[in-house]
Amino acid sequence: MTLIDLANPTRFLSLTTRVLPWLAAVTAILLAAGLYLSALAPDDYQQGATVKIMFIHVPNAWLSMFVWGVMSIAALGTLVWRHPLADVAAKAAAPIGAAFTFLALVTGSLWGRPMWGTYWEWDARLTSVLILFLMYLGLIALWRAVDDPSRAARAAAVLTLVGAINLPIIKFSVDWWNTLHQGASVIRMGGPTMDRSFLIPLLVMAVAFSLLFITLHLAAMRNEILRRRVRSLQMMQASRVTLAGEASAA
Amino acid sequence: MTALGALIRRDIRIALRVGGGALIGVLFFLTVVVLMPFAIGPDLPLLKRLGPAILWLGALLASLLTLDRLFTADHDDGSLDLIVMSRTPLELACGAKALAHWLAAGLPLIVATPVLGLLLNLDAEATVAVALTLLVGTPALTFTGMIGAALAVTLHRGGLLLAVLVLPLSVPVLIFGVTASQAVIVGPTPFGTPFSILCAISLVSLVVGPFAAAASLRQGLD
Repeated sequence: MTLIDLANPTRFLSLTTRVLPWLAAVTAILLAAGLYLSALAPDDYQQGATVKIMFIHVPNAWLSMFVWGVMSIAALGTLVWRHPLADVAAKAAAPIGAAFTFLALVTGSLWGRPMWGTYWEWDARLTSVLILFLMYLGLIALWRAVDDPSRAARAAAVLTLVGAINLPIIKFSVDWWNTLHQGASVIRMGGPTMDRSFLIPLLVMAVAFSLLFITLHLAAMRNEILRRRVRSLQMMQASRVTLAGEASAA
Repeated sequence: MTALGALIRRDIRIALRVGGGALIGVLFFLTVVVLMPFAIGPDLPLLKRLGPAILWLGALLASLLTLDRLFTADHDDGSLDLIVMSRTPLELACGAKALAHWLAAGLPLIVATPVLGLLLNLDAEATVAVALTLLVGTPALTFTGMIGAALAVTLHRGGLLLAVLVLPLSVPVLIFGVTASQAVIVGPTPFGTPFSILCAISLVSLVVGPFAAAASLRQGLD
């Protein structure tokens, strides 16, 4: 089965029907394992137990950017290849990405209170993630403002690609500007600087959250395809009723 | 080239004539800035401290107010379709339209800045700094805003949707514009660094804006 075959929504639906339960089960197991490992992880010598917020905060923050990346690829699919599922993928991803971004901001601010002494600091990383959140909301507003889905898809695709400029700014903001937020400590030149007792739970949680996103995304795409079918059925029925009404009037 | 020149001349003439609405932006700018002392209180040292931020916010909102006109009038009378179908590349036409819009609606804001700086108790040096940052920063606002205007016109929605789409994109311009002007008034930080970054943002938006706007016009108008 290639990507072209998936362009047929019916094939996509039948595939997801088979895959989704397994995916959901693996996600649940990994999430449980990740949470268990996080609970077992030792307290940090400086931060105490609050370091465990990291196991939720960091995967959310990674995914907030990853989801925009997925939407950018979907946007290319919409604009360049006119792939019918790309519209659906982009639309379904936006609310999920907004939720991850929101959770990253909330957990970060809860972590910042004991560590930095403030819930919010206008530093580069925090501000750029907040802008990312606002752009997710703007994108959702754009999807909701237009009733023709294909027209909305093309407009949203342009906006998504323009917004992708923000991703490298977020990634490198901690290197470019002097900020409170710590620099990269997992994916960097010369290997991670984090101790293994923290790194392993973090990686398990990251994989679990990524699978969670894939599961939610596929489920949301299914719903969106079904919603569009319902919409077109309703429109067909409405036009039939109108035609019948005109015929009986004449 | 003559086609683009004609387009720029036409757009400026339309914007400046009765009903064009370019000067509404300046009036709005004036009103926003005059409202600020009522909200903050007539505290001159405080106004001096906040002056650049107030002027930048006013200019940002004023340029947002007039952005709606960039494509809607042309879309309503059908000339936008002619521009899309013409032999001139649409990216260049979009760039020319944005340039004309900036000349008609952006430049007056900068001309008005010294007068408003006087109201906000800014000294000559600070006023020059704000005017200079506005001069290099407002093109970025116009050219990124054009993307939002193009999206809004293809969706037949303007107003609030345009603001929601455009404002997050204009945050970096605001940050570096205000940082550069504050550096002259209070800061130990140098003026040059944020000013150069502001110039860089403007230049990038000069490239990205026309392409994104043209892409959304091409995709959206049918």
